[in-house]
Amino acid sequence: MELEAVLTGFLAAAIRIATPLLLAATGELINERAGVINLGLEGAMLAGALASALGALAGGPWLGVLAGLGAGLLIAAVFSAAAIGAGAQQIITGTAVTLGTVGLTGMVYRSAFGPGGLGLSVPTFQPLPVPGLRQIPGLGPVLFEQPVLTYVAWLLIPAAGWFLFRSFWGLALRATGESAEAARAAGVPVKRVRVLATLAGGALGGLGGATLVLAQVGTFAEKMTAGRGFIAIAIVVLGRWRPGGVLLGALLFGGAGALQFGFQAQGVEVPYQVFLVLPYGLALLALAGGMGRSGAPGELGR
Amino acid sequence: MLGLGLAAAGYDAPLALGALFRGAFGSWDALVSATLVRAVPLIVLGLGIALAFRAGGLNIGAEGQLYAGAIAATWIGLQVGSWPGPAAISAVWVGAAVAGALWMAVPVLLRVRFGVLEVISTLLLNFVAEAAVSYAVTGPLREASGAYPQSDPIAVSARLPLLSGSRLHLGVVAAGLLAVLLWILFTRTVWGFRLRAVGLSPRAAEISGRIPVNRVLGAALLWSGALAGLGGGIEVSGVTYSLFQNLSPGYGFTAIAVALLARLHPLGVVVTGVLFGALEAGAQGMQREAGVPAVAVAVAEAGVILAVLLAEVVVRKAAPLRVVRRSGGQAVEDAPSPQGT
Repeated sequence: MELEAVLTGFLAAAIRIATPLLLAATGELINERAGVINLGLEGAMLAGALASALGALAGGPWLGVLAGLGAGLLIAAVFSAAAIGAGAQQIITGTAVTLGTVGLTGMVYRSAFGPGGLGLSVPTFQPLPVPGLRQIPGLGPVLFEQPVLTYVAWLLIPAAGWFLFRSFWGLALRATGESAEAARAAGVPVKRVRVLATLAGGALGGLGGATLVLAQVGTFAEKMTAGRGFIAIAIVVLGRWRPGGVLLGALLFGGAGALQFGFQAQGVEVPYQVFLVLPYGLALLALAGGMGRSGAPGELGR
Repeated sequence: MLGLGLAAAGYDAPLALGALFRGAFGSWDALVSATLVRAVPLIVLGLGIALAFRAGGLNIGAEGQLYAGAIAATWIGLQVGSWPGPAAISAVWVGAAVAGALWMAVPVLLRVRFGVLEVISTLLLNFVAEAAVSYAVTGPLREASGAYPQSDPIAVSARLPLLSGSRLHLGVVAAGLLAVLLWILFTRTVWGFRLRAVGLSPRAAEISGRIPVNRVLGAALLWSGALAGLGGGIEVSGVTYSLFQNLSPGYGFTAIAVALLARLHPLGVVVTGVLFGALEAGAQGMQREAGVPAVAVAVAEAGVILAVLLAEVVVRKAAPLRVVRRSGGQAVEDAPSPQGT
């Protein structure tokens, strides 16, 4: 009984931690498939987190979701204008966008809540049990008593799979990522496809940030995303640029994050910094571990 | 530009900009103890980033390498109490540089062996380095009294001499000398030529058959890490004297703007380093006098980086040299660097 309680606690925590990563990684998957690598994703998540906190305080969690989506979209728009519109180097542009967002969110946060930034309490989403499915013994309560945004993240995976591999525009998008020249010859508006894919990616990044606030932490702090955007990019590589792979990758990182709770529950003494480092170390291993660049879109980052 | 942004955000822009200027250049003390002290790490890290970028290696992890250097510098600085000053300081600096290079060895290995982009690996290692500092100051390097999560101050012999009546330390001389040294390396040596050739067109360098691309790139990245680590060592031995979290206010990221604005020119890095040192110093004044959060500077830095990138796009489109650059091996010798210098 004891073990079962620990295990369900661990799984629930893993899914909770995985959800923001999954949303952001799904977004990045879409723009990377179009050939755009957006390091501003971290910025989009951070902006989404702050906007969702402000939105939720003003009008409840759903307004927070909307604000998070909008903020991520806005950050991606800045990136798109420079990197796709003008053709500036994508990686440095993304880094600059993230850097600027750290400053901007810090400024907005401090002018809204004072220099100290008192601990905010943001209205959050409560778990929404799915009738029927939650009665499944064992996994039911873990998988189907989650906040609504978790279900959104799950449904987005088959949706992204259908869009990328079964729809006309998904085909155009992938062609853009594999060979812009060929896509252009076939009449695909390459720049427009890339901009739209990047905007969608940024919006999902913002939604990921919003999920972090509205379904996980319930507050905002400066730099609170702590590299989750970069980890999401590693997840896309780990998942070999496929929706199913991205889902597994996000769950792996969720599991790594949840280990902390498992160990603490068991009373194992390990410096807590080990758990802080775990996701980043795992991301490095994932990048190196034979995954290489197989499956990468041909013109990623160009 | 900054003024417009401030006004838009609802601050008293003239007051804030005045405070910015006073905080950076308003007095001898502001110039020497605030601006130049902040310029030193920015110059040293900026040089490291310029070195990597010149070879086409995107080191976004200077912040982490700085912390690796700072940890090593603190540990060594605590051991060398009985040494004479020059020996103690040398040990601290060399140790810091080695630590920075070792921190960079992981991304280099991943890049050369597994083709992992150094951008992502160096970025991720920033977070690992911050956790390592957190562990060091709550564990092995925690001060003897155990009151705060910070290390004991390093031995007096390992501290840098100060310009009398100020907080400016010997590191400023080191930063200047390094800039000159790197400039000579870039422009007057085979090593510098190979570096630029690899950065310009790795394929052309490969085809020429005389430039080992991976080795040149790896070396550039390792030296880049060493410089960033040294920057951390200089900061510990000249400014903070002890290790603690948030020791760097993001110098590793600001230094990217420093290097890009200087168009990766080592002597230019000195100028832009002082400029951004002034911006950082002025931001503190702005926060004190006008209540504008100092983080606003990060927005200005991002703006500078984007502006430089866009300017380069314009230059690249205007220049007909693109054809030459793509054409193959023998053209490299005559081709300009991608920054147009």
